Amino acid sequence: MVENRPLLSILAHIVLLLGVAIVALPVWITFVGASHEAERMLQTPIPMLPGDQFFVNLRQTLWGSGLEGTNTAPVWMMLMNSMVMALMIAIGKIAISLLSAFAIVYFKFPFRMGFFWMIFITLMLPVEVRILPTFEVIADLGMLNSYWGLTVPLIASATATFMFRQVFLTIPDEMLESARIDGAGPMRFFWDIVIPLSRTNIAALFVILFIYGWNQYLWPLLITTDTDMMTIVVSIKQMLEAAEQSPQWNIIMMTALLAMIPPIFVVIAMQKLFVQGLTETDK
Amino acid sequence: MAGITLDSLTKSYGPTEVLHHIGADIEDGEFVVIVGPSGCGKSTLLRMIAGLESITSGEVFIGDKMVNGLEPADRDIAMVFQNYALYPHMTVRQNMAYGLKIRKMPKAEIDRRVQEAAEILEIAQYLDRKPRQLSGGQRQRVAMGRAIVRDPQVFLFDEPLSNLDAKLRVQMRLEIRKLQKRLGVTSIFVTHDQVEAMTLGDRLMVLNGGYVEQFGTPIELYERPASVFVAGFIGSPAMNFFRATADDLSVTLPNGAVVPTAQSARGGVICGLRPEHLVRDPSGPIEMEVELLEHLGGVTLLHGPLQGTDQQMVISLEGISEIQIGDSLRFSLPPELVHLFDAQTDRRIG
Repeated sequence: MVENRPLLSILAHIVLLLGVAIVALPVWITFVGASHEAERMLQTPIPMLPGDQFFVNLRQTLWGSGLEGTNTAPVWMMLMNSMVMALMIAIGKIAISLLSAFAIVYFKFPFRMGFFWMIFITLMLPVEVRILPTFEVIADLGMLNSYWGLTVPLIASATATFMFRQVFLTIPDEMLESARIDGAGPMRFFWDIVIPLSRTNIAALFVILFIYGWNQYLWPLLITTDTDMMTIVVSIKQMLEAAEQSPQWNIIMMTALLAMIPPIFVVIAMQKLFVQGLTETDK
Repeated sequence: MAGITLDSLTKSYGPTEVLHHIGADIEDGEFVVIVGPSGCGKSTLLRMIAGLESITSGEVFIGDKMVNGLEPADRDIAMVFQNYALYPHMTVRQNMAYGLKIRKMPKAEIDRRVQEAAEILEIAQYLDRKPRQLSGGQRQRVAMGRAIVRDPQVFLFDEPLSNLDAKLRVQMRLEIRKLQKRLGVTSIFVTHDQVEAMTLGDRLMVLNGGYVEQFGTPIELYERPASVFVAGFIGSPAMNFFRATADDLSVTLPNGAVVPTAQSARGGVICGLRPEHLVRDPSGPIEMEVELLEHLGGVTLLHGPLQGTDQQMVISLEGISEIQIGDSLRFSLPPELVHLFDAQTDRRIG
């Protein structure tokens, strides 16, 4: 559809700019907030232009003990906790789902469909629904306040298993037969053929799962009582409540900004593969 | 190098038997084509030889080794698939080398073999491309190359030409034939195309409904078809069939025409006449009314009913003919070119 109507395109651009403004405004305010002194943020009207305290705040947030008057860990430590948790969840989920989907698609064993449906049914039971029994199990296993406790209950994924099953089903049978004639065993076939052919889907899923892991709130809140194990998403909320004084917006905003960076970085780095993974049908 | 022996091979899916006691001796270096309509079990038979499909009963020998229990990789075979089954993420070179790499062949030897095969197939300049950057014909060559580098005892082809356009198919057909003669590797080729089968095979195995109808050279199949099915399948246009009554050395067609034969029979038979064997003869016994003409240049095809019946027949005459639609013409043919089949069993008489 090629149309040349200037009025229409001006209108379209206005709508788009408005949309961008609405989405970007909170991010802008966060940035502005992170660049002023604490006192300035408590006066009205709140500033709309950046101040000169950005790097001071950055240093204090990253390397200082976090918020004054609270017992939160330094932000760099929480960033690392979040990073470890998100990576373990994303990589663990992908590894387990790849293997279980591979088993379901390429091997004949008794109750194969039974197992598939069992995995599928767990889709109906997200963490929130099974949170008490899961907590009990994790506590009994002594995994409270550890990376294992943070990640293991979230690692099994029916969604990813199901998605990889669909991906594997699109790989022609001849590919398997050809590999069998070439002398490739099952794991060889998995590494040399299946994984490379699902590369883009793995990347797409990595982005989604990394962000899912990074944004976890409820589970880390329950499982970590030790400040050393706290994740950044949980701690932002705690910073708001914990201080007996008025909230130190400059530090909180800076923490929020820092918390945004890794997911953005992952999306940008994986963007090309991500789009390919969602649109590509050709095998 | 080795021959292949199939001993009473049977395949069942649950209670349904789809291949019935197939037996054959294929000699070393022979090119055998398995041909038949779709659903006749020809691909299944090939896949059983390859080891991709389990064998319900019977035995497959490659050379003098029984291979029933062996994995495809251990049977010393190479297979070319209909859709080529190239690994899309590997280059042509990697595709061809993959099987050798798994066998832990030294790298220098792999390179030498890949290079040699690429030169034979004239794809040396594409070695570093991915399959998706190649045309259909080039992919076909890569699939062949992957088979050649293995230096196997047996080549198996599963309708490898059916994804190519008509012109390329004829060209690749000749190349496969030349290559097979040059390498001298025992080959089995599955196709549903009878022309492909006739031109490629040293011998043809005609399958129908899971039974071997006939196994012989193309000329044998053409000259002495063992059944009505083979007679109708081999040759183009297809043979004309009439229900007829035989009386020793002649048959009476439905319209009363008496045609002399070389086969001796009595009673109800099926009489087969090849379109290209009928020649114009003013005193011939077979009369046809021309309803439709097809001018193909080299030959002219006449369509119409056998005089006095509504049974359609085809006659193929050489050259461009003066015949008009509506003409009524008479034809005859030498007695030894009339084929008679048993009306009950459909098998050839005598």
